[in-house]
Amino acid sequence: MTFATPNLVPVYPEMFLLAALSAILIADLFVSEAHRFLTYAYTQLALVGTAGFLVLGATGVPLTTFGGMFVDDPMGRTLKLVAVLAVALMLAYSRSYNQQRGLFRGEFHVLILFALLGIMVMVSANHFLVLYLGLELLSLSMCALIALQRDSAQSTEAAMKYFVLAALASGLLLYGLSMLYGATGSLQMGLVANAILSGSADPAILVFGLVFVVAGLAFKLGVVPFHMWVPDVYEGAPTAVTLFVSTAPKIAAFAFFMRLLVGALGSLVSDWQSMLIIVSVLSMLVGNVTAIAQTNIKRMLAYSTISHMGFLLLGILSGSLGGFAAAMFYVVAYVLMSLGAFGIILLLGREGFEADQLDDFKGLNKRNPWVAFLMLLIMISMAGVPVSVGFFAKLSVLSAVLDAGMTWLVVVAVLMSLIGAFYYLRVIKLMYMDEPEDTAPIVAEADHRILIGLNALAVLVLGILPQPLIDLCLASITQSMRG
Amino acid sequence: MIDFPILIFSAFALVLLASGVGVITARNPVHAALFLVLAFFTASGLWLMLEAEFLAIALVLVYVGAVMVLFLFVVMMLNIDLDRLREGFWKHLPLGAGVALLMVAEMLLVVTSKQFGNLGSGLHAAPGNISNTRELGLVLYTDYVYPFELAAVILLVAIVAAIALTLRRRKDTRHLDPAWQVRVRARDRLRIVPMRSEKDQ
Repeated sequence: MTFATPNLVPVYPEMFLLAALSAILIADLFVSEAHRFLTYAYTQLALVGTAGFLVLGATGVPLTTFGGMFVDDPMGRTLKLVAVLAVALMLAYSRSYNQQRGLFRGEFHVLILFALLGIMVMVSANHFLVLYLGLELLSLSMCALIALQRDSAQSTEAAMKYFVLAALASGLLLYGLSMLYGATGSLQMGLVANAILSGSADPAILVFGLVFVVAGLAFKLGVVPFHMWVPDVYEGAPTAVTLFVSTAPKIAAFAFFMRLLVGALGSLVSDWQSMLIIVSVLSMLVGNVTAIAQTNIKRMLAYSTISHMGFLLLGILSGSLGGFAAAMFYVVAYVLMSLGAFGIILLLGREGFEADQLDDFKGLNKRNPWVAFLMLLIMISMAGVPVSVGFFAKLSVLSAVLDAGMTWLVVVAVLMSLIGAFYYLRVIKLMYMDEPEDTAPIVAEADHRILIGLNALAVLVLGILPQPLIDLCLASITQSMRG
Repeated sequence: MIDFPILIFSAFALVLLASGVGVITARNPVHAALFLVLAFFTASGLWLMLEAEFLAIALVLVYVGAVMVLFLFVVMMLNIDLDRLREGFWKHLPLGAGVALLMVAEMLLVVTSKQFGNLGSGLHAAPGNISNTRELGLVLYTDYVYPFELAAVILLVAIVAAIALTLRRRKDTRHLDPAWQVRVRARDRLRIVPMRSEKDQ
């Protein structure tokens, strides 16, 4: 028995993150309650280190290791970097929120890092088994995070719903994957793709498995008709956790679609394209229409997420490299907008007050014009108004769909985003035209205020100069999908 | 004269079937759980006869050693109301009987099909010197080391999550810390108030 040690260099970021989070787990035991800030600082340091490994180790060519189970390519590097950045910002935004609610504990930080590790594993997975394990790592950590505020009945209910539905979706996904394994005889993405291309696999079994795989993926992304968990989890979870759920896991879900549908099942594009069209149109319809009726802003943003994810699928279903790059641009832009929106909700909250109702935004301009302006930027970006990153995200996705020759789909998507504009503009109307009901001063830590300002301005700057980010996405996708 | 392996197989199979019946007929839930332990044990004996020693050991260690012990704990801790469980037996009988009949029919279809006998024809018995525990161990720690480590990380998450969600320091208990009690100083408890004595008045 000879065994060659796998090339560990591409896995350094993951290894560093795991080592760092284990160290934090132990170090946190010796940190007294008064110095809990240290745990937070270590966590941010771990994130900086991981980002450093990601940037310094980038090679620009796809590499595989662990016998082809792990793939390291420019798309993976970029997505992981965005995920690390999102988690770092999320921790900075939620620090004072967590301190006020007894969530500022070692477990919170460690579980967030575990979830990030799951995301990174999924982004780099090139094997069904690894993909599934990464997914479970993410789901379990997320479930624990949602339930962390366990004296709140709403949190516990949300965690329970998420747990049961996630288990169901995992079952569907595994069933689909086992069908694909049966048809192709391999669990490795590349070998599965080759087996399908060579025509040795039974098409009936393949499509049967594909249906279950798409259903499982749709659940993870939170799109109609597998979206039921999204509003309850967004509303029930502590806002800090909602901020996490709405950002980094979306990157993992995008990578999941790319690896599984495009990487392994790329030659079945005509089959999954029609499935994704249905899912995408339904998501945009249900998400946008239901969001209008919400009075809780977290719930409203949950439905808005559903519609955004429907838009994201448009890019993937166009089936071209340009479409994938547009979808990647969309997911990065969405993460940026979502971080800003929830960051402002966290900023407005204080001890014993959540700022999660739409009415809490009434007259925000009179209370604090700067925060109101930042929220305005994020809302127009989410609505897709020009000169914001959201506009270019929608534009690039729609032009990819147009290139694929589905004009009717473009018309439907534009109509849906018009409906969506209503509830984003309503927030702006509440902020600028109504009288404030709540006159308490808005207090926040300096780092929170500075970062949220930069975040919202990034939405504006990327809206004026989107080309570098678009080029980066296109380059990552073309370099990664060539092999 | 009956072949010796057939004799052992029959013994294991009979005990397995009998304990399976015992699981659903025993009135006491603890007895039912113990019957289930017996069923697992005999099933692992059958696997041992198929030279699947790793599966046999795993079944005993995981199911008998861990799952069933946990199960027994739960059964003993929770005072299950048996009469309430038996309620509605006749109401649910038609549905249950229908499902059971369907399963019997499916099994008959599988067993009586022509393919059933051919299933083992392509397989060869492994040479006597191959241990499947060793073979599994070799690939588990080499080819599959990455998923193996990931599974370990998932278990770590489970530990962290379980502790984070259940460990609580209750403020309302009357728990006293002896170290804290010993360290008490007189001035923490005693207040000396200067008072004029009555004689001076």
